[in-house]
Amino acid sequence: MALLEVRDLRAWYGHTHVLHGCDFTLEEGSVTAILGANGAGKTTLLRAVSGMIRRSGEIRFDGQRVDRFSCEDIVRLGVAHVPEGRGTFDRLSVEENLRVAATARRSNGDVKGDFERVYGYFPRLQQRKSQQAGTLSGGEQQMLAIGRALMLSPRLMLLDEPSFGLAPQITRDIFHILAEIARNASASMLLVEQNAAVALELADRAYLIETGRIVMSGTSDEFRADETVRRTYLGY
Amino acid sequence: MELFVQQVITGLATGGIYASIALAVVMIYQAIDHFNFSQGEMAMFSTFVAWQLIVWGVPFWIAFFLTVAVSFVAGLFLFRVILKPIHDGPALSQIVVFIGLLCIFNSLAGTLWDFTVKPFPSPFPEGNIGSSLVSGHDLGMIGVTLAMLLAVYVFFRFSTMGLLVRAAAQNPASARLCGVRILWVTALGWGLAAAIGAVAGMLVAHKVFLEPNMMYSIIVYGFAAAVVGGLDSPGGAVVGGFLVGVIDNLCGVFVPAGDELKLTFALVLIVAVLMFRPTGLFGKRVVKRV
Ligand SMILES: Nc1ncnc2c1ncn2[C@@H]1O[C@H](COP(=O)(O)OP(=O)(O)O)[C@@H](O)[C@H]1O
Ligand SMILES: [Mg+2]
Repeated sequence: MALLEVRDLRAWYGHTHVLHGCDFTLEEGSVTAILGANGAGKTTLLRAVSGMIRRSGEIRFDGQRVDRFSCEDIVRLGVAHVPEGRGTFDRLSVEENLRVAATARRSNGDVKGDFERVYGYFPRLQQRKSQQAGTLSGGEQQMLAIGRALMLSPRLMLLDEPSFGLAPQITRDIFHILAEIARNASASMLLVEQNAAVALELADRAYLIETGRIVMSGTSDEFRADETVRRTYLGY
Repeated sequence: MELFVQQVITGLATGGIYASIALAVVMIYQAIDHFNFSQGEMAMFSTFVAWQLIVWGVPFWIAFFLTVAVSFVAGLFLFRVILKPIHDGPALSQIVVFIGLLCIFNSLAGTLWDFTVKPFPSPFPEGNIGSSLVSGHDLGMIGVTLAMLLAVYVFFRFSTMGLLVRAAAQNPASARLCGVRILWVTALGWGLAAAIGAVAGMLVAHKVFLEPNMMYSIIVYGFAAAVVGGLDSPGGAVVGGFLVGVIDNLCGVFVPAGDELKLTFALVLIVAVLMFRPTGLFGKRVVKRV
């Protein structure tokens, strides 16, 4: 059974209809990428799944209908959304940012172990743990946002353009760590990216979204082999 | 010199009033990220509840703690019932609601208890201490304010709930993505602010006498103290309160015609501090990289 199963997902901002019926699935343990140009509706799709905005359609997480759940309740089921723009708490310290997420985890288990795990993936966060999050560099804030999601001990991570605004070297570092997290099988991932090359390297499968509709799906290899995708999104 | 010292001490005593109000202002600011203009009237209303209980023969301290508890619950429900529907609306709509609440509390208190001035008892020893101008009530008030400050500090700094209140105020969307039930957390902030305001009101009422308009000028000084000290710093707010009290008092005594200009001095102080330190004396500068 798929971990996430979405049927006819529609979403709005006020009266503006942005998603026009999207269907997709995500297998447990997989990384699935959603590709698309700026303004295609990628961020909106993640927001609709995690309940941040008004939506309709059918969303099943681990078999359970969650499309009427509030954002907080979906998070508490183990869906960790790393939002566009990272959304760190600027006036809290790095450690306090992580502690906020630790309060809502599914199991109250090993919080200390999770701190160690996050600091293991991102040693720079540990060096800066008492520093105000607003003073971190863009790359460090992205690490903090991912670390905060890990503190929820999630089953599914929704990642919104983790490469946004970062230097190529830092993007590579972050994607290495995401690959490591995925390999350790701690969480499945739904990854939204404009940077298709980097996303397809991490993902097993991908969907292409254009103006609020899913127009293509396939394995990462199939995407790389596709003429149009190559020219429009990979640039060679 | 002796006069100067004496006036500083008197100023500290008045400053205790402003400090306790400023603490409530900071509490609500931490919970909702802006001012609640009806805060003074909420405190006044709580004080009337205490007064009514005392008139009915309830002993002072029982009335005191009962009022604090009732105010906490009332603050919680005020948010859940009236403010929840507009809590993510534009800031201006919220301000309009706050001003509406201000008028409602004021006229409701006037209707229930009329506008005559009422004495409010003090739990502390009457009269001045030694030959000073400081009364037992002044000292008690300063003590209670410092105790509340300690409690607020411990709450924000060390408790998980305090951390969640700060997170929810700073970035509600992110807090929800961390699984924080922000509506309850914000409601809790309202409850605590109402409780602190109630304590402040009951201490103030003994000095200025109880009537529906008793908070009018005090709340301005309270806001001034909070802004001067730093809106995200409970300690700063209390220091700001004492500072405003002392400066205000010194101006009244040592500057010609200072008595009429007192409120002006407080406002000049706000502007001056903000020109040089926009986040207040003790507020954290939010350093943002661009
Ligand atoms: N908060 C918003 N209010 C109104 N319209 C929005 C909002 N956010 C995005 N949109 C619109 O929705 C569409 C999809 O946006 P988005 O999901 O952010 O695209 P992407 O993440 O793929 O760049 C765009 O046309 C955008 O203008
Ligand atoms: Mg986007």
